[in-house]
Amino acid sequence: MVETIIVPLIQIVMVIVAVLVTVMYIVLLERKVQAWVQVRLGPMRVGYHGILQPLADVLKLFIKEDITPARADTWVFTAAPLIALVPALIAFAVIPFGKGMTLFGVTVPGHIADINVGLLYIVAVGSIGIYGIILGGWSSNSKYPLLASLRSSAQLISYEIAVTMTLVTVIMLSGTLSMVGIVNAQAERGWWFAFLQPVAFFIFFVGGLAETNRAPFDMPEAEQELVGGFHTEYSGMRFAFFFLAEYANMIVISSVATTVFFGGWLPPFPNVEFLSFLDVVPGWAWFMLKTFLVLYVFLWVRATLPRYRYDQLMRLGWKWLIPLAILNVVVTGFIKVLV
Amino acid sequence: MGEAVAFYLAAALILGFAVLVITARSTVHSVMFLVLNFLSVAGLYVLLSAQFLAVIQVLVYAGGIVVLYLFVVMLVSLKRSAEAHSDPKRLGRLGVVLSVAVLAEFVAIAAYGWATPAAVGPGLQASNVEQLGRALYMDYLIPFEVASMLLLVAMIGAIVLAKREL
Repeated sequence: MVETIIVPLIQIVMVIVAVLVTVMYIVLLERKVQAWVQVRLGPMRVGYHGILQPLADVLKLFIKEDITPARADTWVFTAAPLIALVPALIAFAVIPFGKGMTLFGVTVPGHIADINVGLLYIVAVGSIGIYGIILGGWSSNSKYPLLASLRSSAQLISYEIAVTMTLVTVIMLSGTLSMVGIVNAQAERGWWFAFLQPVAFFIFFVGGLAETNRAPFDMPEAEQELVGGFHTEYSGMRFAFFFLAEYANMIVISSVATTVFFGGWLPPFPNVEFLSFLDVVPGWAWFMLKTFLVLYVFLWVRATLPRYRYDQLMRLGWKWLIPLAILNVVVTGFIKVLV
Repeated sequence: MGEAVAFYLAAALILGFAVLVITARSTVHSVMFLVLNFLSVAGLYVLLSAQFLAVIQVLVYAGGIVVLYLFVVMLVSLKRSAEAHSDPKRLGRLGVVLSVAVLAEFVAIAAYGWATPAAVGPGLQASNVEQLGRALYMDYLIPFEVASMLLLVAMIGAIVLAKREL
């Protein structure tokens, strides 16, 4: 009873709260990082060095007027932000945060659910999130959001193929689709898969940038061309939901990258004997540190690289990343058979 | 008991959404109900402990193919009224023929199921991904490859039709 119902419920609440708080502060960090790159200070007014800025932002979004365009499809317009947000949150169900522990005599696993098709579950749930963007753009009954959502869905469909192909190479190395199994496979080999599959990791990361609509692939919200992208007509809390979904997706991609390519909760070089003192740091701390570093690279890339043009984006996806990912699968297969 | 409740819930959702797909006035709404229908079917697969199939159902049908449907529906202008030359009587006859065919199929399946009670198969193993892989790539390799060739032919055909000058 306690272990089958109460522990998972507490875990779910904790994960959702943690994701929401992380999103709030990642937004602040993003503004700060961009400011530092551009030799500015960033938000400074609310609290010490702007530490309370996220609370002010949330309050603003809460009390803003919620407008529905005159000839919008009301039902779809209301549902779209939820369709975008929910898949991003339920993807966390299979991500292993730590090794698991025993608290007050109750075994607490380091994950909410360990299903035997965990990695595929994340890909499948991610593919549902596209509907939020398409329907949000369509139901606004406005031409820029519609154009943005068409662009965006084409972009997401294209890059999904490359990302899924890189995950195939990981599955070939680990021999399992379970997220916990993938981390254990890395512990057995003693190497993180990022070292064994650098090409796959590179494609995964570039594809991840495109899948989350982040710069340099933030085509769906290219301000100069499309006003504000697929959520131009949204305001108040509904806009906040889209915003939340984008950043929650970033955290999902970072967590998956951590689990699949950086050994999840494992310390660096788990097989090296004289580094075993690193085990005193608990697994969840390693996991959070690695996820944070991947997220930081997302912000860093945004502050550094200019946006791609739409045709360049498609050429990169279809002519370089997808063939490279397929080649990587073939090469991995040959090496696996020969070695 | 719990399983039966879950099954009837999933079955009711599947049928309900299927009816909504064909009765919805807006095509985009139809497509959305189709997604919900596919998700309910995935729920049914989970109930049969075929998790791999459930995830593939979501990934390929709900997340992949229907996105393309939506793409087409949004690109094609749907405000046009019905075409003048369509003959409701002719469509009605076609409908009758098709529904009789479907009814005959249902009756045949029901009769067959009645005559041969389903054998209780060996319980599904936890890792049915491996079993599926073995079945597809060892026992049924030739049909599998032939099916993939068929898809390739369809794809090339579509490209040739769409692009007049290659």
